[in-house]
Amino acid sequence: MSEQPAPTEQMRSEMRELMARYPVPRSALLPMLHLVQAYQGYVTPAGIEMCAEELGLTTAEVAAVATFYTMYKRHPVGRYHVGVCTNTLCAVMGGDAIWRRVSDHLGIGHDEVSEDGQVSLERVECNAACDYAPVVMVNWEFMDRQTPDSAVALVDALSSGQEVHSTRGARIVTFAEAQRVIAGFSDGLADQGPTAGPASLRGLALARGRDADEEETS
Amino acid sequence: MSKPVHRLLPVLSAHWDEPDAFTLAGYERVGGYRAAREALGRTPKDLIEAVRDAGLRGRGGAGFPTGLKWGFIPTDSPRPTYLVVNADESEPGTCKDIPLMMATPHTLVEGIIISSYAIGAHRAFIYVRGEVLHVIRRLRAAVEEAYQAGYLGSSIFGTDYDLDVVVHAGAGAYICGEETALLDSLEGRRGQPRLRPPFPAVAGLYASPTVINNVESIASVPAIVRFGRDWFRSLGTAKSPGFTLYSLSGHVAHPGQYEAPLGVTLRELLELAGGVREGHELKFWTPGGSSTPILTAEHCDVPLDYEGMAGVGSMLGTKALQVFDETTSVVRTTLRWVEFYKHESCGKCTPCREGNWWLVQILRRLEAGQGDPGDIDTLLDLCDNIAGRSFCALADGTSACVTSALRHFRAEFEAGTHTPAWELFPYERSAIVPIAQAVAS
Repeated sequence: MSEQPAPTEQMRSEMRELMARYPVPRSALLPMLHLVQAYQGYVTPAGIEMCAEELGLTTAEVAAVATFYTMYKRHPVGRYHVGVCTNTLCAVMGGDAIWRRVSDHLGIGHDEVSEDGQVSLERVECNAACDYAPVVMVNWEFMDRQTPDSAVALVDALSSGQEVHSTRGARIVTFAEAQRVIAGFSDGLADQGPTAGPASLRGLALARGRDADEEETS
Repeated sequence: MSKPVHRLLPVLSAHWDEPDAFTLAGYERVGGYRAAREALGRTPKDLIEAVRDAGLRGRGGAGFPTGLKWGFIPTDSPRPTYLVVNADESEPGTCKDIPLMMATPHTLVEGIIISSYAIGAHRAFIYVRGEVLHVIRRLRAAVEEAYQAGYLGSSIFGTDYDLDVVVHAGAGAYICGEETALLDSLEGRRGQPRLRPPFPAVAGLYASPTVINNVESIASVPAIVRFGRDWFRSLGTAKSPGFTLYSLSGHVAHPGQYEAPLGVTLRELLELAGGVREGHELKFWTPGGSSTPILTAEHCDVPLDYEGMAGVGSMLGTKALQVFDETTSVVRTTLRWVEFYKHESCGKCTPCREGNWWLVQILRRLEAGQGDPGDIDTLLDLCDNIAGRSFCALADGTSACVTSALRHFRAEFEAGTHTPAWELFPYERSAIVPIAQAVAS
């Protein structure tokens, strides 16, 4: 892995912007740690130090928070961080098989990164998309209704730098770009993608007199 | 099979099929923000009474009456009052708040305006789980649009009421869906539950009076204001009034969101969803996420409301109906759920932290067909030492998951002393996608 860049003053000023949104600055710690990942690729010791300086905490206090949450990474992840849901429902519906195929295909396991740094893998817990099972996430965008084959095609496309779109979200951005949005800064992509995916509309369509049994069923 | 389409009632989901429903213009075109305008002309007390009389109960799992919760906020506190929206949807099977916030985030913003005004809050927070990038984008865009329109910020709708809203993303922790853990997390700490009392209404966020409500609860408030408490009470059942989102997933022909008055049955919902996947039959299901005790085909006609589910020893929970057919191994599903609870236990309480660890050890050997004869008794004994002996309901969830599986399918666990679950229930048969070969996990 390449050396991570030193924390910049721009990162510090954006941390202060986040702190100003809350009545008590410490509330910004989770967003600040997301911002560290946006700038540095993971929660670096230097990032932890800057959070601690800004909030008047010890680095131990910040590290204690950072290590509690699964989204904070202790080492660099891929440009595209792929999460395969292996919680019960997705696992049963095919998530376990997707996991094995993708993991074998890339030759990496949970919390590991491909040699070229393009893709990393994680077994994720339920991501609140069970009506689209089996679900795969890429940089926290939904890739609904996957199969082992489609998931392999997905990671191949990501590895080769092709543009990929979420099945009901935006164009897939990089891990760093996604982290910046999660931290609290907009990227202007909210209008991309549909209002809702097909499963979200099943009941509404029926109530409107359209029967999914008589239409497409894929 | 004629579908009971008349049972459906899209309210929250009524405009999800419109291409711009997530924008301010799209929301206002269908009457959005009318309720908030009207509400700010009423007294806060009147609004609390309206929500209380409507009988709205919390849609996040516990079913606590929303108006009653609001009424607990002291009116004489020298500290500011806060509204916190629990958008940390993470309970396995639960998938209603995410599509709601993706499709119509302004419904939530409007609900926040009315609810904050009712409880006297001038700051509200939406604590959304971090792993839903596009939902965070849509929420933040909606909040920004509302500010630009003068619906948030100072002098809302030209009144003297001010309100600021912050969209706050979590960082991956199921436990932060527990309200007091959520508050610790929102304060920039590890998300660990607090001992109650004091309850959040008295000492919540920053030790100030705080109301914490689920997304769907808050999003239901504008409809109550707009159409009235009597209309709301006319839907559903006497003790569980109103409409709600039922989420069907798993082995059904058409998984998805089905909005209906409370009290619909699984049989009706299955008919609407095209039934269990073709050629298979229902084996077991969860009424409202993995923490609600599983039920079987014999419970298909029990009303899916708070009382109906309590009456058969389960809970309505989040109305996350995960449906599993006869190909599914209960030992496998129970193990996977308990592995989840083990992973997500915050570690604060010993019975939960250690108990889940031991449950997983035992369930793993039962899945592999290498269980010991006393394992089932040990599982039950462990559950007895976990449930009710920890700060929060995560422990009760794990216990309910195991004990209900044993209640209905004990023989499958007994078979775990000699035969692997994947031999009894070849796993590739449960998958809905083509899988080349059976491989034990």
